[in-house]
Amino acid sequence: MNKSSQFTRRGFITSLTMAGTAAAFAKPPLLKGVEPPLVMGFLYGGPKNDLGYNQSHADGKQRLTSLPFVKAIDESNITETVAVEESMRDMIHQDGARVIFATSYGYLDPFVLRVARESPDVQFFHCGGSYREGIDPPNIGIYFGFIDEVEYLAGLTAGLMTRTGRLGFVAAKPIPQVLRNINSFMLGARSVNPSVSMKVLFTGDWVLPLREAEAASSLADQGADVLTGHTGSPRVIVQVAERRGIWATGYQFDQSVVAPHRFLTGAEWSWGVVYKRYAQMIHEGKSVTNGTIPRRMTGTLKDQFCRLSPFGPAVTPAIRNKVAQVQEQLLNGSQTIYQGQLRDNRGRIVVPAGKTLSIEDPSLDGMNWLLEGIEGEVKYL
Amino acid sequence: MKRHSMIPSPRSIESVAIPAIAFLLAMALFGGFCVFWGAPFWGVFSSIYRAGFGSWYSWQNSLLRAAPLMLCGLCTALPARAGIITVGNEGAFVMGGLAAAAAGLATQSAPAWVSLSSMAVAGIIAGGLWIALAAGLQHYRGVNAVISSLLMNYIAIAFMLQLVEGPMRDPGSLNFPATYPISPSHQLGRLFNSRVHMGLVFGVVASLLVWFLLERTVWGMKVKVVGGNSRTASLVGLPLGAIILTASFIGGGCAGLAGMVEVAAVHGRASHAIAAGYGYAGILVAFLSRQSPLRIVIVSLILGAVIASGGSLQRDLDLPDASIAVFEGIVFLLILASETLYGRFEFFRDTRDAF
Repeated sequence: MNKSSQFTRRGFITSLTMAGTAAAFAKPPLLKGVEPPLVMGFLYGGPKNDLGYNQSHADGKQRLTSLPFVKAIDESNITETVAVEESMRDMIHQDGARVIFATSYGYLDPFVLRVARESPDVQFFHCGGSYREGIDPPNIGIYFGFIDEVEYLAGLTAGLMTRTGRLGFVAAKPIPQVLRNINSFMLGARSVNPSVSMKVLFTGDWVLPLREAEAASSLADQGADVLTGHTGSPRVIVQVAERRGIWATGYQFDQSVVAPHRFLTGAEWSWGVVYKRYAQMIHEGKSVTNGTIPRRMTGTLKDQFCRLSPFGPAVTPAIRNKVAQVQEQLLNGSQTIYQGQLRDNRGRIVVPAGKTLSIEDPSLDGMNWLLEGIEGEVKYL
Repeated sequence: MKRHSMIPSPRSIESVAIPAIAFLLAMALFGGFCVFWGAPFWGVFSSIYRAGFGSWYSWQNSLLRAAPLMLCGLCTALPARAGIITVGNEGAFVMGGLAAAAAGLATQSAPAWVSLSSMAVAGIIAGGLWIALAAGLQHYRGVNAVISSLLMNYIAIAFMLQLVEGPMRDPGSLNFPATYPISPSHQLGRLFNSRVHMGLVFGVVASLLVWFLLERTVWGMKVKVVGGNSRTASLVGLPLGAIILTASFIGGGCAGLAGMVEVAAVHGRASHAIAAGYGYAGILVAFLSRQSPLRIVIVSLILGAVIASGGSLQRDLDLPDASIAVFEGIVFLLILASETLYGRFEFFRDTRDAF
């Protein structure tokens, strides 16, 4: 072995060690005289590019770049187990996060509750959960949006577009949040097309693309000419509609890219508005722990927590005008979507005649019925 | 003879060296993948090291993730020693968790130790029967256990969802169907003021017990004979079916116990979230360990650390969330490929008999 090769190897090993050490001790340069940014950590249950629920939150986090005092960090595809606890702890202890947004429903109990007890000076906000006053730690806030009105407008568009008078809905689970969307979609469609009927198929879980595609195809085979869905991301449902040459409306996020011809519109979240509002309040020194930030922050179409996706090319100006007109009525309060009398598909009266339920009425949170005209079954609720 | 047993035989060095080299090669390939995504090659590994072993804080993270991997690794390893390859870990895990939740809820009024023991027993039995069923189907009916146990995973998850969203549902769990919660006093505790729960103890003890059974008992000898050559085993009069079924039952019981820990220490109830994918990672652990119970402990710890680093890879290096899955995939491919290399290298040949 000659000298130069020995030298090379030693040099190589030395440089490896140095690189490792340097990487291990590397810290971002300290900025003197600059206020440390407010670190906000976001956790998503699925991928950031699902064109669905997770992307709607990642998009909301991205909008925080317009606020100079915020440093937003995130992590995606975190399973609802110790993984999410550890990710929250890492964000708090390693990245200095003062605010945590846990966006997946299953994160709250027991994971957010546990980490919130450990870190009482960090504020936690959970999307869609329910807070138990006096039991759960005080540093937890809940945020959610009422998207029923937007589904109503999407359903209205579907009702005006359908030729066969049959709509198809692919849903994950028969839980209240999903049932509200199914029923409000149907109410919208029926408001302009009283003879319309709809079939619902439940796939059983939030992300089952194969089964969603099968369900969507099966609904198309049965004569539905507008498809929509409520799953983690209705992307494949919209894709099936494009391929089958029928219409689709989206949910969670704007899915128009996968159906450039057949996408009508959709109900999508607008979390950026919510996250900016929280960032602003926390920047002003408010906190949910001492009550200066409300325990529950919810919003509707009017509060811009959610919005209608841009119309696809197939939607005629006449239909766009009609939808805009109803949207105006919803915004100025002259129209409400849950108006009696409403019967479910087993003939029971679920909203009596003369009664009007506001979209924020808590009784709607326990919804366990499907409207008459909807073919489908809700078990065990 | 005694002196020989003190020195590791070339064969056993081979069974450590080949997977270790495959693992290192996988790390190198993964580093290349990360460079492709714009991360620094060595930065990736220092990030994994810091997130996995850098401090007691990160050690706890790795230990937390290693605990279910040990138990799930045993689920593939033990039946494999009896000649049955199963990948039904996820199913056994879910069935164990479901049975444990049922047992725990049925014994809420009993003292905590009674409740916890019945949960553990229920989890072990459910997971054990699940894998024994797959093994029995292969032994008695000729149904390939790899395929049947893989498909049984889906059946187990569907069965769990059906119960959790139906008869076993807590009516209060409106938007997150789950069973009633198990009261905190009846849940598994943490170890010495750390974040690590009892599952780690179960994992280590189970690995040691399985090692003892395999290496120090007559039954273990029989298992290895059956797995080594089933025709020889039946010629010498060993009850093949009974040995295969018990080995599979114990293996499945380990995964079932992991499911019990997931319910009793992590979730406090059963829901769709208990199918968190530990079972599938367990298959990887078993193959990396070459089905050796003691190596499972080490391999689980290393893999646990890698999984624990997934978050830092995303936040510090901006790598995609699927990076860890990519890494696991590369490791698995190389481990399977390396299976063809055994016995091909002269320097691993056992030459001592020639003396």
